[in-house]
Amino acid sequence: MAIAAQVMKRGALRRPTATRGLMSWFTTVDHKRIGILYGTTAFMFFLLGGIEALVIRVQLARPNGEFVSADLYNQLFTTHGVTMIFLVVMPFGAAFFNYFIPLMIGARDVAFPRLNAFSYWIFLFGGLFIYSSWFLGGAPDSGWFNYAPLSTDPRFATELFTDTGRVAAQHRVDFYLLGLQILGIASMMSAANFIVTILNMRAPGMTLLRLPVFIWMTLVVSFLLLFAMPVIAVALFQGMFDSLFGANFFNVAGGGDPLLWQHMFWIFGHPEVYILILPAMGIVSEVLPVFSRKPLFGYAAIVFSGIAIGFMGWGVWAHHMFAAGLGPVANAAFGISTMFIAVPTGVKIFNWLATLWQGSIRFATPLLFSIGFVSMFIIGGLSGVTHAIVVHDYQQTDTYYIVAHFHYVLFGGAIFGLFSGVYYWYPKIYGRLMNEGMGKLHFWLMFIGFNLAFGPFHILGLQGMPRRTYQFYPGYGFDFWNMVSTVGAFTIAVSTAVFMVNFARSKKNGKKAGADPWDARTLEWTMPSPPPDYNFLEIPRVHHRDDFWHRKYSEDQKGRPVPVPVGGAETPTEAEGKTAHELGIHMPDPSYWPLVAAIGLPLMAYGVMYKMWWLLGAGAVILVMGLYGWVLEPASEEEH
Amino acid sequence: MATEAHAVGQAHEEHHTSTGLSNIKMAMWAFLGSECLFFGALISTYLIYSRPSRILPGTPMPSDIYDIPYTSVSSFVLLMSSVTMVLALAAAQRGEIPKMRLWLLATATLGMTFIGGQIYEFTTFAHEGLKLSTSTFGTSFFVLTGFHGAHVTVGILMLLSLVGLSHVGRLEQKDAYKVEMIGLYWHFVDIVWVVIFTVVYLMT
Repeated sequence: MAIAAQVMKRGALRRPTATRGLMSWFTTVDHKRIGILYGTTAFMFFLLGGIEALVIRVQLARPNGEFVSADLYNQLFTTHGVTMIFLVVMPFGAAFFNYFIPLMIGARDVAFPRLNAFSYWIFLFGGLFIYSSWFLGGAPDSGWFNYAPLSTDPRFATELFTDTGRVAAQHRVDFYLLGLQILGIASMMSAANFIVTILNMRAPGMTLLRLPVFIWMTLVVSFLLLFAMPVIAVALFQGMFDSLFGANFFNVAGGGDPLLWQHMFWIFGHPEVYILILPAMGIVSEVLPVFSRKPLFGYAAIVFSGIAIGFMGWGVWAHHMFAAGLGPVANAAFGISTMFIAVPTGVKIFNWLATLWQGSIRFATPLLFSIGFVSMFIIGGLSGVTHAIVVHDYQQTDTYYIVAHFHYVLFGGAIFGLFSGVYYWYPKIYGRLMNEGMGKLHFWLMFIGFNLAFGPFHILGLQGMPRRTYQFYPGYGFDFWNMVSTVGAFTIAVSTAVFMVNFARSKKNGKKAGADPWDARTLEWTMPSPPPDYNFLEIPRVHHRDDFWHRKYSEDQKGRPVPVPVGGAETPTEAEGKTAHELGIHMPDPSYWPLVAAIGLPLMAYGVMYKMWWLLGAGAVILVMGLYGWVLEPASEEEH
Repeated sequence: MATEAHAVGQAHEEHHTSTGLSNIKMAMWAFLGSECLFFGALISTYLIYSRPSRILPGTPMPSDIYDIPYTSVSSFVLLMSSVTMVLALAAAQRGEIPKMRLWLLATATLGMTFIGGQIYEFTTFAHEGLKLSTSTFGTSFFVLTGFHGAHVTVGILMLLSLVGLSHVGRLEQKDAYKVEMIGLYWHFVDIVWVVIFTVVYLMT
């Protein structure tokens, strides 16, 4: 009892204090390092998802491709989609959220640093859990949308022919159902964390309408996550009960209705597409003003259209289901609401164009990627509007035209926007600029490769080439454009290699960035690069939107910026090189517990999947013990 | 040097925040907002799947199987636990730790009584031929009420953890906000039960 009391007082493990070295990455609660972890992990998954895409394109380069089997093809396109959406674009956005929310709002950390670390570890383990399926009977093979009942009814599971006879590969979709459940927990917790951080931890004077647009978009995304994740959680649980415990949610013989899955999935799934694109829109809204040396045109309009998208995104889900037979009234209503949601998006596009208009533009790599985003997103948006016309959609549904659309919005949109963010913020994160020449090479190769890879899908789709089929036959006119698309896919791969080389080399050899290499506008550029662990030596007082710009420039009579003599970035002071501790700034200490507690979740998931109840129990015990350790550990080791 | 306390990570009541609401309370409200959608999805599913036209012939109908007086009693028990929760918080805020402990234990006991009642109800239903796989009614009923029961169970564990914390001196008057947070969760779970009891049991 005495020992127990001691443990309860002191925490079971000493609170770690190291902030350098390999081990410190496992215990870090610093939002900047967690951001780097998110970004690195997301990029690893980007490479995996990219390899899956390349295998798909090799298979489809020629008619009657034999590179992979139909069974493997199903797993590949499913994992490709799941990876790119849940393990690349979402965490890539989270990487920027983590790193830059506190820096841009003038805070020293997020509201709940350990919860932040917990989210990351859960995300990592969720991703690894899904990928472990490749070694445990095959990856999910029912598409990223996992339509019931094909996915959830064990009787429809893919049958494998092995030495011991036929076995059903029935756990494949369970990896999807349970893996996304784990990822959803991570998303929901980080959403709550970011909402509280943005609303509660702003520097004095940083009113809501002075927040950078990137922060606004993060806030909208966080609310979307907060309310969309529980819906998919319920759908995933329902699928799980059907798949593993004989429930009847989607089982027609038991009175269930497969359409329920589609509704639940897309009530989550459409807000999800805005979860994917709004972070990129936020990044672009930061990059365009900096590189055209003008304030963002129509700040309020962009913010409010982002909020409008956040609300309207809940009222359009059934446009994914026009072919499901909901009837003309429902289809017409959702068709109209879908056309409406193009309006706030269009407002943003025109504001971005007006931001560039008459600016003194520097065509640096971040701007190129942002312009790539705007132009490609327009194409994707326009093909999206054609889906809103129900009769058109009947023609397009399940063809490559749809594949073209969502790659133009998610790759041409989200990925280009995220790369823009990487080039823009790299000097802040690593203290050195990325090589411009290689950056431009990366952009142009990726831009050309992207259009070669996905542009032809419009044509193929309108010619009737169906999605998700592992072969196409010669003589349908599909041969040429498929080959073009494969060439494009490999061009993207080359461009990614250029990016990786540039990224790695610039860390050592890049030009020193200084605090403010781009002559930027927001608070993160006021501090040295890379930022010290405490971010701000003094919490700034904010007087303007784009506060940093107004510290550097005033205006002449024609509204042109005139440098203020003593403005500019924080000059290095006696504080340089000192840690928060040495300066007497109290920062949260690292902790083992987020990692420990997170290990419990994948164990629980394996336990449920294989009905190994001891494993479920063991996972639950680890989770609960981890949370106890978390609650009981002292706020910092020195306090005792 | 002006190192303002408000940017420091650990969430405590005393930190100044932009909105004036404490970080942890705002996070708890956000979480509960999320939970509304969770139970909303489950209740909607139940409403669709308990329609007589959907339930397979020969399997139990809701009206055959619900024992309204019995469930009314267990609902009453759960609602009373909200009263004891309020008393526990009041005691914590006044710094009357032994009293707070007593009310927390009372709340947990009422919660356990409710869970015991639910286990008995589930077993009875299973004996009467309603299982998870019997029909859409069985499926959606057990999953909805089961998830609610799981929430109550988590709540009981947290209440008992609070009692444990108070025994090692980690729950004093200044920590009353911890009781308040668990209390928010507990009241939420109770309110969800009010909705479930009305929509699932009374409106059959």
